[in-house]
Amino acid sequence: MHLLLAAGFTFTGLIQQVVSGAGAGAVYATLALALVLIYRAMDVANFAQGEMAMFSTYIAYALVGGDFGLLGTKLGFNGLHLGLPQAFWIAFAIAVVASFGLGILIERVLIRPFEGAPLLTLVIVTLGLFSIVNGLAGFNWGYVFKTFCCPFPQSAVNAGGVSFNYTDLGIIAVTVVILVAMAVFFRYTKLGLAMRAASLYPESSRLVGVRTSWMLALGWGLSAAVGAVSGILVAPVVFLDPNMMQSVLLFAFAAAVLGGIESPVGAVVGALLIGILLALVGTYIPGGENLRTPFALLIIVVVLLLRPAGLLGRPETRRV
Amino acid sequence: MAPPDSASRNGHALLELRDVHASYGPIRALHGISLAVPAGSVVALLGANGAGKTTTLRAVSGMVKTQGSVQFEGHEITNGRPEDVARLGIAHVPSGRGTMTQLTVWENLQMGAYVRRDRGAIRRDFDRVTGYFPWMRERRHQVAVTLSGGEQQMLAIGRALMMRPRLLLLDEPSLGLAPLIVRQIFEIIATINREEQLSTLVVEQNANLALKIAARAYVLEVGRIVLEGSASELSRHESVRKSYLGI
Ligand SMILES: Nc1ncnc2c1ncn2[C@@H]1O[C@H](COP(=O)(O)OP(=O)(O)OP(=O)(O)O)[C@@H](O)[C@H]1O
Ligand SMILES: [Mg+2]
Repeated sequence: MHLLLAAGFTFTGLIQQVVSGAGAGAVYATLALALVLIYRAMDVANFAQGEMAMFSTYIAYALVGGDFGLLGTKLGFNGLHLGLPQAFWIAFAIAVVASFGLGILIERVLIRPFEGAPLLTLVIVTLGLFSIVNGLAGFNWGYVFKTFCCPFPQSAVNAGGVSFNYTDLGIIAVTVVILVAMAVFFRYTKLGLAMRAASLYPESSRLVGVRTSWMLALGWGLSAAVGAVSGILVAPVVFLDPNMMQSVLLFAFAAAVLGGIESPVGAVVGALLIGILLALVGTYIPGGENLRTPFALLIIVVVLLLRPAGLLGRPETRRV
Repeated sequence: MAPPDSASRNGHALLELRDVHASYGPIRALHGISLAVPAGSVVALLGANGAGKTTTLRAVSGMVKTQGSVQFEGHEITNGRPEDVARLGIAHVPSGRGTMTQLTVWENLQMGAYVRRDRGAIRRDFDRVTGYFPWMRERRHQVAVTLSGGEQQMLAIGRALMMRPRLLLLDEPSLGLAPLIVRQIFEIIATINREEQLSTLVVEQNANLALKIAARAYVLEVGRIVLEGSASELSRHESVRKSYLGI
């Protein structure tokens, strides 16, 4: 209580923190959904997920601002950009589709040779991918902050003394759309069903003609596309630089673990909780800004100890 | 690729294995077996534990490293990928049924129709399959893990039928099931063969039942075929009676 009072606690202040925490949480949620897609496909935590999202964001940034970095200078197409009123959203769409293709390419080139390898090998491959992508972005665009603005109006609506800014609301809405789209895809489409079956029952799936290896590539493609959304949405908030997604990735991991890394709904619920908790920690604990990262790690450890399947994960074994 | 008429030259065999060897790394499981499944008939493959029955089916589906020749409808499919072999029209119900346990009954059946695009025909095949297994109709939204062993076996056969295969490979459909259920399942296999002329290669330790529904049979012993003949010949054969019929 003393801490709270010291920080100047008010009830609307608390609600305000919850709202902006949920907005941040929605960003973690999209990246967590990307992690869940790959985890469900191959049981591997993709440490390169954040960097892939960062790279996707640079694609969108380049299309909007015409800054293609070193490559653009060499080839002489810097300055070319989408000069349309809806440039941001067109670039967004192109970047998401391009990321889908790049995700498939990454799986075919880097992951496929390791099909059937021990999980540790695959994890190390994703760590390698992490530094490759980070290095490529840094080499091309440099390790300087770029501004990349703005998908949503930079203003807020007021309701009962709490201000909801459009960025938070927009990000939450996009996250919900992705979650629903994923649920529909996996539950109601033949391809989604086959992707689930291919990861859970690879042998039976192949015996009915499923090309399981391509299902994995498709999983990487979808994951890269979903991750791209999180990068592009967060960039206007945190500025664009090659390391921008690293803390987001940590929070997304915490979210996925908390909600259940197999469960898309769980990942989103986990991410919103983490976003809100981090906002509260940052506000109400003196020096709390610096405690956010250790706090996220603490959540990962505690969940893994007490409830490894997460809040919404089903605590049963997958492979029979 | 074999000439397309080789199937007819070899007496209309739909599936033909010639001098097939198979090994799991250094462990050799098949030492040159030859067998044929004529179009439209049920062939039984008998043998004790570890004889190589499962390995024979796996050699057909490309799930084990194989030397020699496996031909389906005159096409060489030796060491084909399982998904490609399946797409050619071979439905393999693996030992242990390969139930997609977390999917529903209907989703399991849908997976059988995965490579097909003919929606209307898939619907009709669902009706056809549930004609053989009526319980699946009202329980199509039940998660497969909650089915009994016998029901899972039936579901695996139903899933295979949804593929509209030209050859059905069944690996020990009697495994772990009560005698009454086993008899039911064999009756259905015989009915399907009779009504649809679906060629079937069935692996069994339960020689009694297998010989009743099969036209021909082969007996495997440690990776070699030691006996073959018509089902009636084999069921009269002294060593088969002793070893596999328990008479
Ligand atoms: N994955 C594997 N790795 C190594 N050896 C194997 C493997 N699978 C089978 N074998 C060996 O190959 C031989 C044939 O096995 P197979 O499974 O084909 O026998 P089976 O006739 O189907 O027996 P059962 O009636 O017990 O199912 C056995 O000696 C077995 O130990
Ligand atoms: Mg076997």
